[in-house]
Amino acid sequence: MNGADTAFVLISAALVMLMTPGLAFFYGGMVRVKSALNMLMMSLISLGIVSVLWVLYGYSLTFGDDIGAGLLGNFDHIGLKGITVDTLTGGTEGIPVFAFALFQLMFAVLTPALMSGALADRVKFSAWALFITLWVSVVYFPIAHWVWQSDGWLFKLGVIDFAGGTAVHINAGVGALAAVLVVGKRIGFKKDPMRPHNLPLVVLGAGLLWFGWFGFNAGSALAANGTAALMAFNTQIATGAAMLGWLIYERIRHGAFTTLGAASGAVAGLVAITPSGAAVNPFGALLIGVVAGAVCSWAVSLKFKLGYDDSLDVVGVHLVGGVIGTLLVGVLATGGVGGLSQLGKQAVGAFSVMAYSFVVSWILAKIVDATIGFRASEDDETSGVDMAYHAESAYDYSAVGGSPSGRSSVAAASQDETAAVAAKIKKVDA
Amino acid sequence: MKLITAVVKPHRLDEIKEALQAFGVQGLTVTEASGYGRQRGHTEVYRGAEYTVDLVPKIRIEVLVEDGDAEQLIDVVVKAARTGKIGDGKVWSVPVDTAVRVRTGERGPDAL
Repeated sequence: MNGADTAFVLISAALVMLMTPGLAFFYGGMVRVKSALNMLMMSLISLGIVSVLWVLYGYSLTFGDDIGAGLLGNFDHIGLKGITVDTLTGGTEGIPVFAFALFQLMFAVLTPALMSGALADRVKFSAWALFITLWVSVVYFPIAHWVWQSDGWLFKLGVIDFAGGTAVHINAGVGALAAVLVVGKRIGFKKDPMRPHNLPLVVLGAGLLWFGWFGFNAGSALAANGTAALMAFNTQIATGAAMLGWLIYERIRHGAFTTLGAASGAVAGLVAITPSGAAVNPFGALLIGVVAGAVCSWAVSLKFKLGYDDSLDVVGVHLVGGVIGTLLVGVLATGGVGGLSQLGKQAVGAFSVMAYSFVVSWILAKIVDATIGFRASEDDETSGVDMAYHAESAYDYSAVGGSPSGRSSVAAASQDETAAVAAKIKKVDA
Repeated sequence: MKLITAVVKPHRLDEIKEALQAFGVQGLTVTEASGYGRQRGHTEVYRGAEYTVDLVPKIRIEVLVEDGDAEQLIDVVVKAARTGKIGDGKVWSVPVDTAVRVRTGERGPDAL
């Protein structure tokens, strides 16, 4: 066992874990006050659901031995059966499979959470939970197998997807688009102002994503080596460049350097550099970043022109950024790899994931809609899904109007306390 | 008695408060308000989507005074609130029938 690699991958797993709460903040700040908690919960719930599915059958379907044709893993490792503390990836210099499985689990958690931004404000929480349960099982696990398992058909084809341009970002972007087409627009889309309620929260989220992304990208080397170092370096360069690309486009087109633009540009860069990994040099990373920043900044306006309500721009950032990164690495890959033939392979990877993910996601969304109903009622949507599904509100604006209902002992105790304080005041008055 | 109401730019609140204290006003009520006058609102941009925000934040100050002090007090408020730029706000007064100090039950000017 390689101790240094093991330590690095375990730390990377923790870094990637932090991306899901980071994403929750990133999205949560962008919605209106009435659905802020729901937006956070749509991401958080993935940490619960996917962790459970991963141990039940997710790991086995993704990284189990291929059942044939490179399409899916078998059921040999259900419940992580057959894996002990001594089971290593590769030869004697590998890392424990438990470290690898934990690291990969965090990717499976993050990917469905990415889609939540497209469906902000308007879906039933139970329907969302069911949707991501089905989606991760039927869409994510197979595609991750295609791309990352050594018998997966895209892996064998030679598609470069270092950390998830196809399996994570294109996949989530297209899945989100399909779900939006089933669920429909928010009430008041294009008519009501739907301003982000808390931009500082968005910046906090973007910061956590940027931080965690070092684990996502560099950790995908699965070893503490030069590849990981170059990937970490490229991640920083592309992200910084993309932030500038977005801001410059925005300043020219809309007249201001916006905070939301800086945060969004950074995420677009992170997405775009994900597939290339160490296959490009730092100058290639810089190019990928600038292009992704500027193009995504333009792409987020498409939803208004085309009329689909991708509320928080999952398509404009993750699908577009993922495609840019996946295709550009075909051209910019170093070591004599880049060129027309590699570009062709990259295109096959991108478009096969798009086609499969779109069709299956659309069918799954339809199934959810036909059985339990995907969409919140008009009343719940208008007054806010936080109240409807979580019985909470994100911010306490005023102490006026709340009173304990007496249903819990805490409430009862605080009532007693209030009475005691009232008695004391009376005494002082007298 | 008169109720003087001023809807003004939020950053002028401190000056107005100090001017009123210097004038001898004992108490006032301040609320956060929003609205627009001739200056209308402003435009905000979020990922390229432009929103016109009609209502701009304002501070609403209310002071009760005796009839004789009303005109002079209005001048004090106007002077303290003025920046000379569009959107400085409005000040007006309305007659008040009665006022009661809750703690003691005093009525009329004694309650001020």
